[in-house]
Amino acid sequence: MSARVSAVPQTQPLPSNRRLGDRLGDLGLYGLTAAATLAAAALLVAIAWQVFDTARPAISRFGFGFLIHQGWDVVHNRFAALDFIWGTAITSFVALLIAAPLSIAIGLYLSELAPRGVRWFVASLVELLAAIPSVVLGLWGILVLGPFVGKDLGPWLHRGLGFIPLFGGTPQNSGILVAVLVLTIMVVPITSSICRELFIGVPSELEDGALALGATRWEMVRGVVLPYTRTGVGAALVLGLGRAIGEAIAVTQVIGAGYGIHWSLFATGDTLASRIAGQYQGAATTIQIASLVYLAAILLVISLLVNLAAQVVVRRFSYERTGGG
Amino acid sequence: MAVDAGRFSLALSRRTKRRKLVNLLMQALATLAALGAVAVLALVIFSVARRGASALSWSFFTKTAATFGLSGGGVANALVGSLVIVACAAAMAVPVGIMIALYVSEFAPPRVADLARLVLDVLNGLPSIIIGIFVFGLLVVGSGQSGLKGSFALSIIMLPLVARATQEVLALVPGHLREGALALGASRWRTVLGVVLPTSLGGILTGTVLAVARAAGETAPLLFTSSIAANAVTWDPRQPLLTIPVDIFSLSESSLPADHARAWALALVLLTFILLTSLAARALLQRSRRRLEG
Repeated sequence: MSARVSAVPQTQPLPSNRRLGDRLGDLGLYGLTAAATLAAAALLVAIAWQVFDTARPAISRFGFGFLIHQGWDVVHNRFAALDFIWGTAITSFVALLIAAPLSIAIGLYLSELAPRGVRWFVASLVELLAAIPSVVLGLWGILVLGPFVGKDLGPWLHRGLGFIPLFGGTPQNSGILVAVLVLTIMVVPITSSICRELFIGVPSELEDGALALGATRWEMVRGVVLPYTRTGVGAALVLGLGRAIGEAIAVTQVIGAGYGIHWSLFATGDTLASRIAGQYQGAATTIQIASLVYLAAILLVISLLVNLAAQVVVRRFSYERTGGG
Repeated sequence: MAVDAGRFSLALSRRTKRRKLVNLLMQALATLAALGAVAVLALVIFSVARRGASALSWSFFTKTAATFGLSGGGVANALVGSLVIVACAAAMAVPVGIMIALYVSEFAPPRVADLARLVLDVLNGLPSIIIGIFVFGLLVVGSGQSGLKGSFALSIIMLPLVARATQEVLALVPGHLREGALALGASRWRTVLGVVLPTSLGGILTGTVLAVARAAGETAPLLFTSSIAANAVTWDPRQPLLTIPVDIFSLSESSLPADHARAWALALVLLTFILLTSLAARALLQRSRRRLEG
């Protein structure tokens, strides 16, 4: 009996210094990584706080009236944001209006239509479009796209559709339309690659079922793929909108730094972001700098709301679709 | 047998013809849209290459800008500035990004991990100009610009990219590797540092390369933090440094054709670097993903 028991080797307790080392190591790594994560969250709060703090002189001087008044009078130090809120709204919404059908179409091509060999290649090219730095796209916009819009595209649109206020006025080399086109180029790769992933995620039983019932490919897309991914596509478009709202550099280069609220796409204008980027180096007085930062604070609030909304929808969507709920 | 030929005709009915036509039309439109995107990419690359190549020369890379009114001169200071600022930014962002990824994938309870991911995504979605304004208000007001402050701004942009890419690769590390290490008696931290992290090294590298590519092209955060610089080559990040994107931005606002030529040449340098690094990162990612998924 006793011989059998002793055949089982005794477990050796670890030397106490090793146990201590392990415990300290575990604790240390946990603490360090948790601290880094906490720092990222704190950073987000600090960004919001700091932006509002730097804008304080302008906030206390202009109050909420800043949001509903027009004009940017450097001589008399009177500043307001409405011109730029308008510029941001019209450029990003029109850009999204063009980008939405394009990115859905590209997403469909890449997920349903493209031959297998081409698929990965074209998808990479579309994503490379997103890698082009905004300053390079802006340079191209000001020197290549701008003249094309001013001399060819603009007059052509004006001749055909000039009765619509959007296409009234005289086409120029820089202005809202050029900004819209540049923003479209920036938004499309982002939204189309999200769309592509959403479309790929549609269960193939559903697609095959529709095809087996005699639907054409387009009817299958309209009846199965699009309804199935509707929420996700909406969130992808909102993410694209967030990108368009926040773009500063390329828009500054092509929009022409104008004022006022115009319906015409040929007019010059300025967005919140482009005004900040364009005016910063010329800003002389404290109140002018604070007003520019006030614009940044408005931009921050808008983009936080847009981004959070899109993220929450995307999360819920993937949660439902992966069978979590 | 008298079969009513009209009733059993194999010819397509008018309705079917219309459906097929609509289908064909939609397929053509989708293909056109994809072609359009590729065409825009080709157009941008082509214009930058055609206009930029003529201004490239040896002195373009080795000299600083010529004084006003003289032609020639180069962009050596912008090249060095970009190199220094992006390197410092990577040094700040990569370790922190990796640690966040480790926390999210190895330690955090699911809810906290979700929240951390949300924070990273929101941070990633902030307009880069806001980051510039933040660092401007935090560090530049009162004490002036410097290369390091620019690096700090860029590191905020790189952080979520590095953390998300790393975390996605960490999630692919097979559970049995972790369990094997733990079963052999290794402690948690030695498992993470000795087994999990080395396995996902390829993915971490990819994330870093992608973040560097993104940071190298950013203008807005540097406009407020490191843009007003002396026209001389300096490697000292405590001074404000000129960078390639900021230089392109100010040259593109100029009205002189000579400035535009330099802007195109700089754009060619920047675009070549960014496209090559993005392509390399993409290839790397595919490889490490394939290896981990088996």
